[in-house]
Amino acid sequence: MSQTSSATESKHLKRFYYTIDTAVDKPFNWKQTIRLLKYMKPYAKTLLPAAVIAMLVSTAVRLIVPIIIGRYTIDKALANQDVNLLIQFVILIGFLYVFNFIANTLRIRWVNKLGQGVIYDLRDGLFSHVQRLSHRFFDSRSAGSILVRILNDVNSLQELFTNGIINLLTDVITLLGIVVIMFVLSPKLALAVMIVIPIMFFISTKLRKNIRRSWQQVRIQQSRLNSHLNESIQGIRITQSFSQEGENTEFFNGVNTDNYERWRIATKKSAMFRPLVEMCNAVGTAILISYGAHLILNDPYVTTGIFVSFAFYLGMFWDPISRLGQSYNQLLMAMSSSERIFEFLDERPNVKEKPDAIEFNDMKGNVEFDRVQFSYDNDRIALHEISLKMKQGQTVALVGHTGSGKSTIANLISRFYDPTQGAVRIDGTDLRDVTLDSLRQNISVVLQDTFIFSGKIKENIRFGRPDATDKEVIEAAKVVGAHDFIQRLADGYETEVEERGNILSVGERQLLSFARALLADPKIIILDEATASIDTETEQKIQKALKRLLDGRTSILIAHRLSTIREADHIIVLENGHIIEQGNHDELMDHQGEYYHLVKAQFQMLGA
Amino acid sequence: MDTFKKLKQFFWPYKRLLFISLFALLFVTGITVVYPIVLQITIDEVVLGERYQLIPYLAFGFIGIMAVKGLATYIHQYLGELFGIKSVFDLRNALYKKLQKLSFKYYDNAKTGDLMSRLTSDVESFRAFLSFGFTSVVRITLLIFISLGVMFYYSVPLALVTMASMPFLAVVTWRFDKKVHPAFRGVRKSLGRLNTRVQENVSGIHTVKSLSREDFEIGRFADSNENYRDHYLHTASIWAKFFPLMELLGNISVVVLLGFGGHLVIQGDLQPGQLVAFFSLVWYIVWPLTDFGFVINQFSQAKASGERLLEILEQKEDIQERPNAVKEHSIQGHVTFHDVTLTYVEDDDAALKDVSFDAPPGKVMGLIGATGSGKTSITQLITRFYEPEQGQVLIDGKPVQEYGLKTLRKSIGFVLQEAFLFSTTILENIRYGNPDATMDEVIDAAKRAQAHDFIMDMPKGYETLLGERGMGLSGGQKQRIAIARAILINPRILVLDDATSAVDMETEFKIQKALREVMKGRTTFIIAHRISALKHADEILVLEDGKVAERGQHEDLLNNGGPYQRIYNIQYQDQDTVLEKHPG
Repeated sequence: MSQTSSATESKHLKRFYYTIDTAVDKPFNWKQTIRLLKYMKPYAKTLLPAAVIAMLVSTAVRLIVPIIIGRYTIDKALANQDVNLLIQFVILIGFLYVFNFIANTLRIRWVNKLGQGVIYDLRDGLFSHVQRLSHRFFDSRSAGSILVRILNDVNSLQELFTNGIINLLTDVITLLGIVVIMFVLSPKLALAVMIVIPIMFFISTKLRKNIRRSWQQVRIQQSRLNSHLNESIQGIRITQSFSQEGENTEFFNGVNTDNYERWRIATKKSAMFRPLVEMCNAVGTAILISYGAHLILNDPYVTTGIFVSFAFYLGMFWDPISRLGQSYNQLLMAMSSSERIFEFLDERPNVKEKPDAIEFNDMKGNVEFDRVQFSYDNDRIALHEISLKMKQGQTVALVGHTGSGKSTIANLISRFYDPTQGAVRIDGTDLRDVTLDSLRQNISVVLQDTFIFSGKIKENIRFGRPDATDKEVIEAAKVVGAHDFIQRLADGYETEVEERGNILSVGERQLLSFARALLADPKIIILDEATASIDTETEQKIQKALKRLLDGRTSILIAHRLSTIREADHIIVLENGHIIEQGNHDELMDHQGEYYHLVKAQFQMLGA
Repeated sequence: MDTFKKLKQFFWPYKRLLFISLFALLFVTGITVVYPIVLQITIDEVVLGERYQLIPYLAFGFIGIMAVKGLATYIHQYLGELFGIKSVFDLRNALYKKLQKLSFKYYDNAKTGDLMSRLTSDVESFRAFLSFGFTSVVRITLLIFISLGVMFYYSVPLALVTMASMPFLAVVTWRFDKKVHPAFRGVRKSLGRLNTRVQENVSGIHTVKSLSREDFEIGRFADSNENYRDHYLHTASIWAKFFPLMELLGNISVVVLLGFGGHLVIQGDLQPGQLVAFFSLVWYIVWPLTDFGFVINQFSQAKASGERLLEILEQKEDIQERPNAVKEHSIQGHVTFHDVTLTYVEDDDAALKDVSFDAPPGKVMGLIGATGSGKTSITQLITRFYEPEQGQVLIDGKPVQEYGLKTLRKSIGFVLQEAFLFSTTILENIRYGNPDATMDEVIDAAKRAQAHDFIMDMPKGYETLLGERGMGLSGGQKQRIAIARAILINPRILVLDDATSAVDMETEFKIQKALREVMKGRTTFIIAHRISALKHADEILVLEDGKVAERGQHEDLLNNGGPYQRIYNIQYQDQDTVLEKHPG
């Protein structure tokens, strides 16, 4: 703790920003609650009533036993020294407890089945839905925030659907039961003892709210702390290169101090909760002792047995009240989680499949843009009235600066977006008339940063076509020249790789993605800066492979490097969403326009 | 216990909190058992013994003693927690400091996920044990023994009979704990897999969509989802099997108590109030017993977590500053390698074999070669991220080991292959290595790195937030910010490790021009795949399998018949024909 004071003076406390999107409670919302409860519908006639009945049985047992012990065993059997009656009561309670045992066993099973069923459906529905959403959806969100919804937000509903709802019912019934029974046993004593109930409720709601808020603060601080830890590990090489270890340590000390402080406050508040509650209980007990003893003496209806029952009930009172406060917390947390889940579920894919969309069979690969206009957001137009044709089997290169619209054209061919105006056609068919699956199965995209899924090398290649045999996988790897390095890995094709693993170099990852694309055997192939990260020696090796990959397919090349472009059948030069030139290399060089200048500039750099 | 002894430095300074918390606990537990005694006195003495004058003493005495208990509970809970969180505060700081110091070698083999789980769940389970676990053992033992004492005081036979089912309860609890914890671990693991599945899917969504693998992914997700549900239900079934049984065993005690106790009351061997007191006392033994397994498990988890944390804390720091390291020294940047050999992993092939070169200030060194040929290794030896196995790495004639790490690294600007940026503003990212830089200096560096224009195009300019929730930058933009970051520390030695691969050629050319100006009189290392990026170097080392295959200037190497010429030919084979055909 010695560093706390110096940390507050450090100027490095603001060097990183972490925005945390943690569950903060929302006001209760009926519409949302009903929508949530609808997920229980499949179980409305099976598990749900069964679980409720089991719950009712065990609640009833718990409520009845104190009467049998107090009102009957003590007052009747013991007071009259009736051994037979005592035995009968003992056997009765024994049976009740066996019922309780059975009911509890069933309740736990059913409630969990119900809860997990709901959570499974919810999560599955959410994931499938998100999976179908378009690029636009993913463009505007970080991977982290999507992850949080599918996992954390759904998980935070888990407790509600498993025990939360049933507990809520149990507690309400138990409380009502106790109140009713106490009034039946002795209205006067019941009234006197129940003075503490409002105080208990008050503490349970007010203080709990306060405590809940402070724990929310703790969670926020902890998320910050963890975000920073994660980042500091990933960026450690940069940190050490710039020898910022000390500065970062100061930052961390600050975050750690905040976290400590928040935690301390939350703990301090939480620690007050139990003593206060127990004091209420103590007051209740004191009332019971004094007024109860008084009544036993003066009121013929109040017996020792009733006094004992009351003592039992008073002991049973606190748990449900305390848990009700908890259930309420849970419900409010569920509000914010479900709000975010529903927000995702209400997203509609921008790229929709028509209900009568047809399968795209036997694609040839003739691509046509017919006066296509496109904008990512309304104010910035990425493509202006583009018309172009790419013939089957042709290699077309798209040239232009960053932001000129090269990748947009590629994205429209895969129908990751729909044009704002005009139409994109393949073999004369408007892309909006065919199913997305059948379209994209015919198109492969190789991006600059290849994504590696954790799993075996061969599974990664097979991602292009899951039903490919091992032989086909190896064949594809051989064609693109990936076979050699895979063989050199410890377990060959069985080697486990992962997204951020160090096992593969950038170039090797790229070769894997070529193999993946080849295996998919597409009619159209799009290479988006696909060879930028590969060293020249490797690039030379894959040039041949690339030729095989492109052979007989319509291919679209996006590249900065002119050496890759030169051999294309057709070159399209783009600037700010317009086509400013097109033709083959020689034509464009003769034309001495923008392309010519680009080429000149590159060679000048070499000669300068 | 060895683990705890080694971690003692973190919690022992706060031992006072623990002791006070334990002292308060004595009161809490003691007073808990008072409640059944008060009930007993009320029934036996007040009601049956008709000593009504006791009522006010009992009622107020009870409230008073409960107030003491309330205070004790508060102190016990608060200080106990404080003990845990204070210790963990120190522990976290120590871990962080250690992580900052561990070498590249360590991180080469470490997985972020594994480290994170140590820093989060292991720290948390250690804290939980310090906060509650330790005092729980004391609480449970005390409660059981005090309750037993009172029971035996009231009636030895009844106490013995009531306790008859406790051994069974203990066995059931023990078996439950043995089964439920592995099951819980299964749930957590399964959740981890589900997590990875979604994370990968979302990060690779473009790949998924372009290969039209959504259905396949939904299927894989459903499998993981199902697996998680099954694990959860398996755990629930263990609960369903054991928990009601534990309750039943407790209830059997109550039934036996009622039967045998009722019999004793009828016979006059036991007061009715004592019988009532027994009903409470029984649960003071039953519930702690069922908790015991939990506490023991918490202990073994904390121990395992402590071991995993110690693994980090006790990790050898490969790269250490010498005690007499040179700290106040301005480095000129004269880099010399003498027959340097580097091996990353023992028994593996050497990454560098007998590499020598001399780079005085002002020299531009070009490094070219296939992936894995050792280009990056050379530069990482200069910054002393690794140590050579043989040979010497000298700066200004002195081995790098003789410099303080900060002194050394402050004078070297590094632009790594993958431009890693932090979750903060562009401004903070650029001045990451030089937090005191002024805005003008930052803008100047950004201009030289050709980053200023695109930064100004963003709505918030230099204040734009990057990272998870911030603006997405293209690869080329990230690289340019990384270059600005390196320029800003005003380095004597600049290392560009394939730093412009994602930048278009024209921009690359501009950056190089600017850098040439900045690096006048200083040492520059350029690693590149493109000849164009390093053809102006004063000396080019062509590396093959860790060895220098060729060296010299562009013009010398061009007709050397070696790998350089080969690379050149691939990249510019038909330059001449192109230029001849279309003379500018």
